[in-house]
Amino acid sequence: MAEKKLGTQTVKFKNPPSIIAGGTIVGPKEGEGPLRDYFDMILVDDTYGEKSWEKAESKMFQDAVNLVLKKANLKISDIDYLLGGDLLNQIISANFAARQLNVPHFGLYGACSTMTEGLTLGAMLIDGGYADYIIAATSSHFSTAERQFRYPLEQGIQRPFTSQWTVTGAGATILASTGEGPYITHATTGKVVDLGMKDANNMGAAMAPAAADTIITHFKDTGFTIEDYDLIMTGDMGRVGRDILLELLYKEGYDIESKYKDCGIEIFDESQDVHSGGSGAACSAVVLNGWLLSQIQNGVYKKVLFMATGALLSPTSSQQGESIPGIAHAITISTTL
Amino acid sequence: MERDVKKEQEYKNIAQKYEPKPALLKNVVMAFVVGGLISDIGQFFLNFYLSRGYSMQDANTLVSITMVFLGAFLTGIGVYDDIGKFAGAGSIVPITGFANSIVSPAMEFKREGFVFGAAAKMFTIAGPVIVYGVSTSIIIGLIYYFLK
Amino acid sequence: MDYIKAFLMGGLICAIAQILIDKTKLTPARILVTYVTLGAILGGLGVYKKLIDIGGAGATIPLLGFGNSLAQGVIKAVEKDGLIGVFTGGLTATAGGISAAVFFGYIFSLIFNPRTKK
Repeated sequence: MAEKKLGTQTVKFKNPPSIIAGGTIVGPKEGEGPLRDYFDMILVDDTYGEKSWEKAESKMFQDAVNLVLKKANLKISDIDYLLGGDLLNQIISANFAARQLNVPHFGLYGACSTMTEGLTLGAMLIDGGYADYIIAATSSHFSTAERQFRYPLEQGIQRPFTSQWTVTGAGATILASTGEGPYITHATTGKVVDLGMKDANNMGAAMAPAAADTIITHFKDTGFTIEDYDLIMTGDMGRVGRDILLELLYKEGYDIESKYKDCGIEIFDESQDVHSGGSGAACSAVVLNGWLLSQIQNGVYKKVLFMATGALLSPTSSQQGESIPGIAHAITISTTL
Repeated sequence: MERDVKKEQEYKNIAQKYEPKPALLKNVVMAFVVGGLISDIGQFFLNFYLSRGYSMQDANTLVSITMVFLGAFLTGIGVYDDIGKFAGAGSIVPITGFANSIVSPAMEFKREGFVFGAAAKMFTIAGPVIVYGVSTSIIIGLIYYFLK
Repeated sequence: MDYIKAFLMGGLICAIAQILIDKTKLTPARILVTYVTLGAILGGLGVYKKLIDIGGAGATIPLLGFGNSLAQGVIKAVEKDGLIGVFTGGLTATAGGISAAVFFGYIFSLIFNPRTKK
């Protein structure tokens, strides 16, 4: 009997874990964006002294973990599990970082939804009594993602207005069984939703149905209303995805616009030529662990619905004519129990 | 989950409503101007080689070689993609764009080695172009051979 | 005068490609393949020669001209060598451009590294 389950897709934690620290590293472009003051470390050079961007991304992942350990005054041996993933084939950034970190590791792939996938599973591990400390972490890198999913960097192509800019960065969160909050009180795990979008340059449209589905399910499962939240934040819908999501929700009777923000829109300035906004697994990770945690600590927001969103795109399936499925996992972050 | 065609169509209509349209007029004008300018650079070299006494055919070959060199060089020094950002088709369609499509993946993938990285990936786009171009020309040749 | 003609012809060919990209979401690779095939067909029909007469380099520099060279090369070789020309003509006529692309492409990829984008 799953006594902690609420409704169809949500869990309510009995002993909600505390978010005790968040660590972030971002690339130079993100470091010029409006949230620059909230990041722990800004790279001057996005190769991070490595021979390839893949190595640079893995090093960012590793250092985000080291950074968050330092902030929480913990050692890696204190950590029961690392839950990490990234966008690259065989999640090499996370796996190769874990090779150095020497910690029990669950590798995750949820595309850009990986941050809340890791936090959900981590919170379950802690509430289930299987762990006292877990780290959830994820990374992405513009230059590794471009070559895997799109075009070589030096190819002279035009990026359409619907396209998004993959965030270079890594973010890590430590959850603990004891602490004074902010707590993860609920988690709604999303379904893979696909309404037939095929344009790899329009991820917002591919993800919006999954995002809407998870948000609506969350409200139905928990009985919460929009008024219960100070902020509802998605991972990387971008400007195009935001507009679609707001309309989908409005049609179902949820007008969240006044409470709504999107990490992909917040992380870059419109003058930074990123078209629809930021994207990538690190997009939600660095905004959550940088900007949002500090806002919560400063009392600006007391209860937040945070949902990382992923477009489950693969160049192989795309070339075979498959559409792009989306997924979104939501967690409730609250300063009180 | 079963595919719901009606729902997909409904969603497509919503999604399309919010899709920012490309700045067609601006894009076309830029493509026209840049494509025209690249052609003029070609014309300059064509006139130059003709004035040096090369035959039309040889001069055209030399122009191709020169333009391919320029396209490859500008890609190498990281300028061609900046041109492509505003020129669109204006820098894709000329033969310099063909060179760009060869050098850019070769540079990008050389970290995966010089055989399966650089040398194999350089034909990602050029390969299909040669396959379809040559195959079409052979079909044309066969038709010509039997009809002439 | 030939500069103006080349500018207009080359510009027009690129502008048509841009409309195709923006209206149909054709990728750059597909545009190039379409153009080289179309160029070969127009060359085979003898139409493309007229465009070159008008536009000079404006018609030979775009990839349509590459397709045209392939077709013209094959036709000339068939006239000279018969059936074997079907297979030798196209690449012979375009050998300069292709060899240059392969060689310079490889050399520049050795010398230069891709730069991250801002």
